[in-house]
Amino acid sequence: MKIGIPKEIHLGEKRVATTPEAAAQIIKLGFSVSVESGAGINADISDEAYQSVGVEIVYDTQTLWEQSDIILKVRAPEFNPALNLFESQLLSPNSCLISFIWPAQNEALMQDLAIANHTVLAMDSVPRMSRAQKLDALSSMANIAGYRAIVEAAQHFGRFFTGQITAAGKIPPAKVLVIGAGVAGLAAIGTAKGMGAIVRSFDTRPEVKEQIESMDAEFLMLDFKEEGGGTGGYAKTMSKEFIEAEMALFAEQAKEVDIIVTTALIPGKPAPKLITTAMVESMKPGSVIVDLAAEQGGNCDLTEKDQVVVKNGVTLIGYTNLPSRLANQSSQLYATNLRHLLTELCPEKNGIINVNMEDEVIRGTTVIKEGKITWPPPAPKLSAAPTATVSETSSSTAETEPKKSFIPNSLKQLLPITIAGLALFGIGAVAPESFMTHFTVFVLACFVGYQVIWNVSHSLHTPLMSVTNAISSIIVIGAIVQISTANPTVTILAGAATLLAAINIFGGFLVTRRMLEMFRK
Amino acid sequence: MSHSLVTMSYIVAAILFILSLSGLSNQETARKGNYYGMLGMAIAIIATTLSGTVSAFGVLMGALVVGGLIGARAATKVEMTQMPELVAIMHSMVGLAAVLVGYANFMDQTISLEGVEKTIHEIEIYVGILIGAVTFSGSVIAFGKLSEKINGKPLLLPGRHWLNLVLLIASVVLGYVFLQQTELGGDALIPLAIMTGIALIFGIHMVMAIGGADMPVVISMLNSYSGWAAAATGFMLSNDLLIVTGALVGSSGAILSYIMCKAMNRHFLSVIAGGFGTTSGGESAAIEGEVQPIDAEETAELLKAAKNIMIIPGYGMAVAQAQHTVYEITKLLRAKGKKVGFGIHPVAGRMPGHMNVLLAEAKVPYDIVYEMDEINDDFDKVDVSIVIGANDIVNPSALNDPNSPIAGMPVLECWKGETTIVLKRSMASGYAGVGNPLFVLENTRMLFGDANTTMQAVLKALEK
Repeated sequence: MKIGIPKEIHLGEKRVATTPEAAAQIIKLGFSVSVESGAGINADISDEAYQSVGVEIVYDTQTLWEQSDIILKVRAPEFNPALNLFESQLLSPNSCLISFIWPAQNEALMQDLAIANHTVLAMDSVPRMSRAQKLDALSSMANIAGYRAIVEAAQHFGRFFTGQITAAGKIPPAKVLVIGAGVAGLAAIGTAKGMGAIVRSFDTRPEVKEQIESMDAEFLMLDFKEEGGGTGGYAKTMSKEFIEAEMALFAEQAKEVDIIVTTALIPGKPAPKLITTAMVESMKPGSVIVDLAAEQGGNCDLTEKDQVVVKNGVTLIGYTNLPSRLANQSSQLYATNLRHLLTELCPEKNGIINVNMEDEVIRGTTVIKEGKITWPPPAPKLSAAPTATVSETSSSTAETEPKKSFIPNSLKQLLPITIAGLALFGIGAVAPESFMTHFTVFVLACFVGYQVIWNVSHSLHTPLMSVTNAISSIIVIGAIVQISTANPTVTILAGAATLLAAINIFGGFLVTRRMLEMFRK
Repeated sequence: MSHSLVTMSYIVAAILFILSLSGLSNQETARKGNYYGMLGMAIAIIATTLSGTVSAFGVLMGALVVGGLIGARAATKVEMTQMPELVAIMHSMVGLAAVLVGYANFMDQTISLEGVEKTIHEIEIYVGILIGAVTFSGSVIAFGKLSEKINGKPLLLPGRHWLNLVLLIASVVLGYVFLQQTELGGDALIPLAIMTGIALIFGIHMVMAIGGADMPVVISMLNSYSGWAAAATGFMLSNDLLIVTGALVGSSGAILSYIMCKAMNRHFLSVIAGGFGTTSGGESAAIEGEVQPIDAEETAELLKAAKNIMIIPGYGMAVAQAQHTVYEITKLLRAKGKKVGFGIHPVAGRMPGHMNVLLAEAKVPYDIVYEMDEINDDFDKVDVSIVIGANDIVNPSALNDPNSPIAGMPVLECWKGETTIVLKRSMASGYAGVGNPLFVLENTRMLFGDANTTMQAVLKALEK
């Protein structure tokens, strides 16, 4: 099947849906790939780079859309002013579109797309499960956004992040507060920490405390019992009391910190307002707030979408296209996510996609199947299969239970010792003097062996075995003693025994030597 | 040579043997220990030869020279991966020698004992031959299994425990008959021969019932038996040196068996009774999920990005002869300033310490080779663990699934590290026949193919 990657037309969008590396892998799956000329130019990828891995460059936008069976895009389809057409109209019948769609917010677009046997897979609808992580474009974009948020903050912040003691005086480190420790928040924490700032973080989900602390940041505890973990690893709306306690904490922190990065989002709802005008006013002049929730209305009252504004000496950054500001990096990650999705769709590696609605990941991602809207998907199946078998298992173990213990435990432990003692006593009672002398030697030798062997290093167990093997051939002495009798049968038997033992002596010692020579520091 | 002088030589030899074993406590003194052993053996043989009882020097020298040449040749030719086979076949020789010496002693009419002493002597001969024969046939089967001449799967005859019991009772009864015959001057050779046959069958049956994964226990157990056989011969000949040495070797093997059993959380008796995993109570949880494959180049990228790397070798590395390639990779990574270690599970491979010898052969310095207990707590600091041809020793269900057949066995907890790469030929389960949830963990990547070929591909990608 032919895959086409058009140039993104959204204003300020620099990303592209595939890179030469990803395209090469996709071609290996059996697809042919075409890219619109100049599609990668804003992400620093030239047409030649695509061509070098076997991608066809198409110069006309409409041709590209028409000839492709699968379209890979970043942004959801929109109106193309140059062609005076909607991108959704460009999509040829029976073809497949893979891009961000945001079906909940874009109902009209969904209606436009649900015609002519189109199949649409939304990268924002990839189910949150471990198997789907490699195609989770939201996470890879959030990671970039978190990084870029700190870079943007640093650009507008008038001081160092790291503390220094210089000849010209002491510089205190910057203090950064990251609200919401999801993927973006953690990326921001890591970046700020890497630049030397003191980083604090807050999240309504107590389970992320460990993650925050593992990045060497401080988790701000709220003296309040309520869990904020919703389904699918996202946060949920909290109670009124909780929010009050939370706001008090932020108000207190606002006075102290230099930079605030907010990443609080609740799926399908406007972003919660966490930083009030009063808090902004209480911040030191020169402070910076980066609002990653600007697209959904912002976590701060004063944020303006897509703008950088200065209010009361505080810079508020409301960019919504942070991943696009790191176009090459985000294109790479997004292209890899798409490549993984194509691998899932094309398990046979024959260049034909199979939108298998039985597969949970593909089912969740597919929002339109052959012209019919399939969004929202049914609630994900929980892998609860084992519960049914539990009762059976326990009953079968219960049956095997009452076998044990007709001998009490204490007696069980004493039994072997008693038997051994009686046996020794029995031997002592009947055995002659000469036997007892040998027996003494035997028992003592066992104990010496016991003491010595416990000290042997585990790594030398093989040499130990071969050397004990050689030593146990001391049996040769028994053979030698008997070799010189008048009885020829005895001589032959003893001779054969000597031969066998000799093989062992030489073989054992020499192979041990060979092995030990190998053990070098 | 006077009798006292011979005895003194024996004492010296016994001390040298003890020193030899204690020398193995670490790598530095191990070589010296081996020389002590050689010296002790030489002193013992020379002293015995010169003690005045030997006159057939021709036969003796012939046997020693021929045997020595065969042994030396085997020692220089053997591949390190074949060590378990060599050790097994060497055990069988000690066993056979014990049987032969027993028969020789029985037929030797020059020994004249009376009363209880005579009875005890007969019992000693009987027991010595019994242990020797079991050691012999058991070791031959172990050799066959290890060299894959015999199927490694446990052979489980119906009612095998009863069969063993019958064989045991038969041996005891025959022992009684044997004693009666010697008392009355009848033909005692017949019960002795029948018993030898029974002992041989017992040895074969015992080892046939034991699966490949339990081989380390079997090998160390046979090691122990060969020692007891020597000790029994010592009693028979009233020779203290044989008793001491036999006891040393016997307890050494017993301790090794114990360590191996503990490392698998198995009871010694249940290993010997054979048949792995047939007795566990409930059903173990099925493993659900999907493996995430990775290719050699991506593996190389992961390794390049990692700082702390742990390599966990298993029997698969020995089979694929991958140890040299693995060390080439290790050298390269260490040259790049990365920390590379090897984590060895006590039962990795087919005999105790097998992996250590293979790594030593590939010239891996032994100070980066760690025991399980040394490194198991440090896996959270490991960036990438590479599991090469191992399965059961890295199986998390041993710790968290009480119904798993290997539940309770200590394992290398590599999944606590950042990423685990598992090299495997295919998705078959390990020797224990147990599925491994490690393979479907989120931070596990599977690298399929022959261990050596894939490791070479990784090496190539790293060199780029």
